[in-house]
Amino acid sequence: MEHHAVEFTTQHLIALLPLLVTCATVVVVMLAIAWKRSHGMTFVLSVIGLNAALLSLLPAIGVAPLQVTPLMQIDTFACYYMALVLIATLACVTLTHAYLGEATVSDGKTKGYPRNREEMYLLLLLSAAGGLVLVSTEHLAGLFIGLELLSVPTYGMIAYAYFNKRSLEAGIKYMVLSAAGSAFLLFGMALLYADAGSLSFAEIGASLAGASGSQLVQIGIGMMLIGLAFKLSMVPFHLWTPDVYEGAPAPVAAFLATASKVAVFAVLLRLYQLSPATAGGWLNDLLTVIAIASILFGNLLALVQNNLKRLLGYSSIAHFGYLLVALIASKGLAVEAIGVYMATYVLTSLGAFGVITLMSTPYNGRDADALYEYRGLFWRRPYLTAVLTVMMLSLAGIPLTAGFIGKFYVIAAGVQAQLWWLIGALILGSAIAVFYYLRVMVTLFLNEPNLQRHDAPFNWGQRAGGIMLMLVAALAFILGVYPQPLLDLVQQAGLATVAL
Amino acid sequence: MILPWLILIPFIGGLLCWQGERFGATLPRWIALLTMSLLFGLGLWLWGTGDFSLAPAPGAEPRWAHEFQVQWIARFGISIHLAMDGLSVLMVTLTGLLGVLSVLCSWSEIHNRVGFFHLNLMWILGGVVGVFLAIDLFLFFFFWEMMLVPMYFLIALWGHSGSPGKSRITAATKFFIFTQASGLVMLVAILGLVFVHFNQTGVFTFNYADLLKTQLSEGTEYLLMLGFFIAFAVKFPVVPFHSWLPDAHAQAPTAGSVDLAGILLKTAAYGLLRFALPLFPNASAEFAPIAMYLGVFAIIYGALLSFAQTDIKRLVAYSSVSHMGFVLIAIYSGSQIALQGAVVQMMAHGLSAAALFILCGQLYERLHTRDMREMGGIWARMSWLPALSLFFAAAALGLPGTGNFVGEFLILIGSFPAAPWVTVIAATGLVLGSVYSLIMIHRAHFGPVKNDSPLPGLQFRELSMVLCLAVLLILLGVYPQPVLDTSAASMQGVQQWFSGALNQLATGQ
Repeated sequence: MEHHAVEFTTQHLIALLPLLVTCATVVVVMLAIAWKRSHGMTFVLSVIGLNAALLSLLPAIGVAPLQVTPLMQIDTFACYYMALVLIATLACVTLTHAYLGEATVSDGKTKGYPRNREEMYLLLLLSAAGGLVLVSTEHLAGLFIGLELLSVPTYGMIAYAYFNKRSLEAGIKYMVLSAAGSAFLLFGMALLYADAGSLSFAEIGASLAGASGSQLVQIGIGMMLIGLAFKLSMVPFHLWTPDVYEGAPAPVAAFLATASKVAVFAVLLRLYQLSPATAGGWLNDLLTVIAIASILFGNLLALVQNNLKRLLGYSSIAHFGYLLVALIASKGLAVEAIGVYMATYVLTSLGAFGVITLMSTPYNGRDADALYEYRGLFWRRPYLTAVLTVMMLSLAGIPLTAGFIGKFYVIAAGVQAQLWWLIGALILGSAIAVFYYLRVMVTLFLNEPNLQRHDAPFNWGQRAGGIMLMLVAALAFILGVYPQPLLDLVQQAGLATVAL
Repeated sequence: MILPWLILIPFIGGLLCWQGERFGATLPRWIALLTMSLLFGLGLWLWGTGDFSLAPAPGAEPRWAHEFQVQWIARFGISIHLAMDGLSVLMVTLTGLLGVLSVLCSWSEIHNRVGFFHLNLMWILGGVVGVFLAIDLFLFFFFWEMMLVPMYFLIALWGHSGSPGKSRITAATKFFIFTQASGLVMLVAILGLVFVHFNQTGVFTFNYADLLKTQLSEGTEYLLMLGFFIAFAVKFPVVPFHSWLPDAHAQAPTAGSVDLAGILLKTAAYGLLRFALPLFPNASAEFAPIAMYLGVFAIIYGALLSFAQTDIKRLVAYSSVSHMGFVLIAIYSGSQIALQGAVVQMMAHGLSAAALFILCGQLYERLHTRDMREMGGIWARMSWLPALSLFFAAAALGLPGTGNFVGEFLILIGSFPAAPWVTVIAATGLVLGSVYSLIMIHRAHFGPVKNDSPLPGLQFRELSMVLCLAVLLILLGVYPQPVLDTSAASMQGVQQWFSGALNQLATGQ
């Protein structure tokens, strides 16, 4: 294949605009911190930058699909997932602002996070930039760069409260396991390159389609899958998830569950769609086993949790098992189903972690994540409870919430591809899941215990975090009742078929 | 345009109740009562004015007395498509009536969080009306699952703590998981049907009328039918899937039990009649013997277990299992008489079970126990309630003059030609029915007096509710013709679908 001399026109720049804006924001925020530390200003700058990046998606969609360097393909698919990543990051930034708290000293006690607050935004933005690269790449090198750019800042974010033992432990745990995952990924890529002689997804797919995949390639792809499964916390590579979710500050856990996972799953989807070598054969069986195991183990382990963050961690394992069902289906409705499910999942997870964040606001050394702390919340903070209730119903996939539409789509994709085993696991998993979601839900409405409580501030609804949360809940309800706009959007978010 | 309002009224009323609590605990009750009266009134008005000779039947586009359609999710050809025929109007009216009663019977039972309680109550009823009216399969499933959440709250938050180890939350969760999981099986079956239709025509649709025309291969049809049947069997409940019912009933507040027994169980029978049989007539015909024996088993098993209970609400709950067994037999008998009997039986059981649960609730408010071993001799301690209990117990055992007799008689006489042995065994259920009904009266109201302090008598509200049900039950027993006329066309349609398939099956063998 002949390589064109890379011509960089305005068009290419426009296509790259979301990424460029995000990176520029990183630089601006960094300089601003160096100039003068101000929590409020850093927050405002990050929010402006992310909003600008979101807006710059509009011109980018105009020029899509467009290949920008061999590494990146800006198509509507990339734009859709970029939007998801950016929105999730924006929400996490808002939550972070509430969580770290105002730097005020009242009655001799500092409220909020006691050390430097500003760097968190820097790390979040950097990680988001990695996510943007990841969702638009169609090249193994881009995949690796994006993945590392996404992961490395999260080590810092998870261990941000480094003086807290659990946070530090979680950070180190995540770093070690994530590095191990990356090592698998790199080895797999090397094997793949050895056989295919190219790093581009499509070319790998094309060169392997005829050769029906040698053993080397199969192993290579298998190892790549393991690497990605680490990041997506699929069973049996999920062991880090609950500890990290529990140890990480709540808004960081929200970021891990949403933006980070969405980006990785999007690239997996693109890889799976463009390189047919990944489909078929024993790899498909392997994926099926991973999916069933993720659904069942994730849900079963969530049953016994008394910590809300751990519970959500396990439930996210199960949810990515559901998504794998659609990934394996791969044809028909599958890509669309993943898009819809992803959007509803991001929305719901943001809401659920958002409530935990606001309950733990401002930072006081420990997050409010034990289930008993939520007992009787309805009678103290009815609207916050309503948000969490909607989120739990949405995670359980009950009608009137966005989660139902997502689950409906995934089941539809599974039925269309006649994956009966996976559908069976999905139904069984959902039945188990209902149990623990209901447990959380009913806890909110029980009588209050007479315990020392750590609640969200009374004026939570008037702060940025609270308003964002209300919006998320409203959206989860509206999309559950009238999903057509989302479906239209997702239908247009197609993968660009690559001209070789 | 009237149909969406039937659904919206309870939903809006529920929200008003919730917010109305700010102005005191009585306002939500009145709003709820008004909402339900409105629903009941609308139901009666529709029943009075509609032309119910219009009903879906094989070989033609389904015709409806009232229809409403508006686009919803264009991607899958899903629309908000509501329609009403004789069967639905009867069910909606029953829902309205029992709605009024469940508001009334919680008047003095529920004291905390009255607004939120009525929100849940109204939303259950709204969901049920939705189930009875929806003829888009997605919409049907939507309502089917949606009504679970408020019911869950009703049991979990306002229920009674039962015996140790059986908390109300356990019961509520069990109810939810059973119905939700089986509902998902139905969703898979619905999607299977939609995709078969999609592969044949290239059109995504969840519309009943279009899906009726789907050509199904034998094996597929059977599997899809099973998917529907499992969901309905759990709600029905058919015996291997019934274990949620006694727990849910025992722990639920009175209003919850009334709704559960009175109408939620009927949604399953309705679902079979409206969807499972017409969509999969051949598979249903093939499956009929199994379903009928399941029905027989439910009758006998329910009756025996009912007899063995010491908890009065569990006793009534098991008796529901037994009574619904008759309906199951009738549905799969393929005879017009039996099908019409099933409708009468559904109405009559709705009324009599609701009345028995209301009476149990009134008893519980006075004695603070549901254990019949703690009762005894109540006849001497208060007036009215024991006598009324006796009346409804007699109705439950199928005494002539009550609606239950008409229903059971029609079912047995209609099913006999199709399945004589099933009918014979089922008829013994009537004998067992009198055993458990009378033992309930004997244990609770007669026998040695445990404590001879007199109990407070029934208030006007309590008395009028039960008397009204008694009158309706007698009316239904003496003059069932209006109900039979209304449901005739709908049942004829079902019967044609089913008997056509039965004949085909017979010639095939």
